[in-house]
Amino acid sequence: MGASHLPIKNLLRRPGRTAALVLLTAFLALSVFGGSVVVRSLQSGLDSLQARLGADIIVLPGSARSKVDFQELILQGTAGAFYMSADSLDRVKEVDGVALAAPQTFLASLKADCCAVKVQVIGIDPEADFTVRPWIGQSYARELGDMDLAVGCRVTANVGESLKIYDQNCHVVAKLAETGTGLDTAVYCDMATMEKLLAAAEKKGVTHKLTSDDADVISAVYVKVADGFDPEAVAAKINAHVRKAAAVRSRSLFTGASDSLEGASRTVALLAGAVWVLAFVILMIAFAMMIAERRREFAVLLLLGTSRGGLSRLILAETALCSLVGGLLGVGVAATAVFPFTALIESKLKLPYLTPDAGTVAALAIGTVAATVLVGTLASAWAAWRLSRTDPGVTLREGA
Amino acid sequence: MLKAENVSMRYFRKTGEANHFYAVREASLGLNAGEVAVLTGRSGSGKTTLLHMLSGLLTPTSGTVTLDGADLYGLKDGALSRLRNQRLSVIPQGRSAVDTLTVLENVLLPAQLAGKPGDRAAAERWLNTLGILALADARTGELSGGELRRMAIARALFQDAEVLLADEPTGDLDDANTALALSVLQSAAKERGKAVLIVSHDSEASRYADALYRMDGGTLERVE
Repeated sequence: MGASHLPIKNLLRRPGRTAALVLLTAFLALSVFGGSVVVRSLQSGLDSLQARLGADIIVLPGSARSKVDFQELILQGTAGAFYMSADSLDRVKEVDGVALAAPQTFLASLKADCCAVKVQVIGIDPEADFTVRPWIGQSYARELGDMDLAVGCRVTANVGESLKIYDQNCHVVAKLAETGTGLDTAVYCDMATMEKLLAAAEKKGVTHKLTSDDADVISAVYVKVADGFDPEAVAAKINAHVRKAAAVRSRSLFTGASDSLEGASRTVALLAGAVWVLAFVILMIAFAMMIAERRREFAVLLLLGTSRGGLSRLILAETALCSLVGGLLGVGVAATAVFPFTALIESKLKLPYLTPDAGTVAALAIGTVAATVLVGTLASAWAAWRLSRTDPGVTLREGA
Repeated sequence: MLKAENVSMRYFRKTGEANHFYAVREASLGLNAGEVAVLTGRSGSGKTTLLHMLSGLLTPTSGTVTLDGADLYGLKDGALSRLRNQRLSVIPQGRSAVDTLTVLENVLLPAQLAGKPGDRAAAERWLNTLGILALADARTGELSGGELRRMAIARALFQDAEVLLADEPTGDLDDANTALALSVLQSAAKERGKAVLIVSHDSEASRYADALYRMDGGTLERVE
């Protein structure tokens, strides 16, 4: 026996009580969905960063700042430049265990009339490169030509437009897919274009010369270790063999980021867990109070012919409906709070941050709402069960 | 029709030397179609407890309650609740309204709990008989005690069950409405063949009795 309209009528005609329960469950959903999206975005950002680097070892100039500058460039997109002699590339290649070695040269444009935007320009050698080209290949099938640029997704220039860098007109031929890292604010060109830009920068007083003669320079060498070789040992060999350069495991470059991510994930998970436990206890108390307050009403339903099972279902339906609305509201509020402020969150966390794709976000939202409904329903289940086990006569007397 | 045989209700409570007491002790009574039985007694004498046991709401610690030979407490939850919905109607003491529903919705509720829409015209007829048709669309929170009591009587009559058990049905009513309520219950027995039990403090109720019972300290006796 049942009256399926009763739970809805009960909820709609007690707006204050319903609103309190909905807000409680909404808070639960908000904390879980918001926390999950942030942690997932950080995880995706770090995964994306590791995929983009794609090298076992990165060789940087031996100066104390270069490693920090490199990390800031990759993680936060801070434009910077550091150089070592191009001979370093040949020396790296000589080391036993080096399968691939690809140079990159960095140049920071200026926030001045000579440059359309302040960006990090990264020159790659298309023939040797094994990290950036696959990424460029996702949006641009051809090779980068003279004065061609592939721009990160956050650079305010579109395909077909010109971008002035040190008074040189470059053509934007590709806009790259988002990585959630500092690489999204960089632009890429081939080494020939980079040489012209370095020369133009030199004329503006931005020097990259290491010595008085015009030796070729590079900023980093990305190394792929041959199968069967220990990257740690190869890095050590490079350090011994190449002067004024420092070879580091790419993983160790971002140990800090990884640790921070782990810490952030742990904190968010801990907070979300605490919120769930707290919310569960509060919900249990709230539902128990609500049921106690309505004992007489429930007893009347029993004496009019509702079965004990039917009464439990009525209570569970009401709490499930409240939790469903609360879950949807919480997810909605969390989405409104998290997605528009992605850039702010990223800048505050100083970690790679890549929002998951729509499918993952939808799955997280559905999972959160389902979990909220489950927790809300479970919280009322005990009180409903107790009520259903009591003789209606006792309930009538107690509720009098 | 409805028969109680040696029903007792024992509660655990420290009372003098004993650690339990009997709210009802081995009470037996039968309700027949077309008859009004009236049960009187002082407060705390066990009247409401007996009524709850008769209506399938409270499992006796001993004894049996049968309706046309079927043991109420031998039935499963679903069957007993169907019986309460279709064959037994109860007017409980105190408030018995679902406050989120209107007066008319409360009267229609037994039918809706059985999965039927309910005969709105019949419900309105009973509200009219009890003098509260004008309140049909009012929420029960807006009603006085007397109006709520008449709504409960209208609902029990609308339920059209074979047995009607009323616990202090005139408790909140003035003299005129007391007379109206008692005569409506009597009509249910005499004109529609219902078996009616009225539990009441009100000596006025005794005037409508075909059978009169009195309870004292949990013991039931028939008054000849």
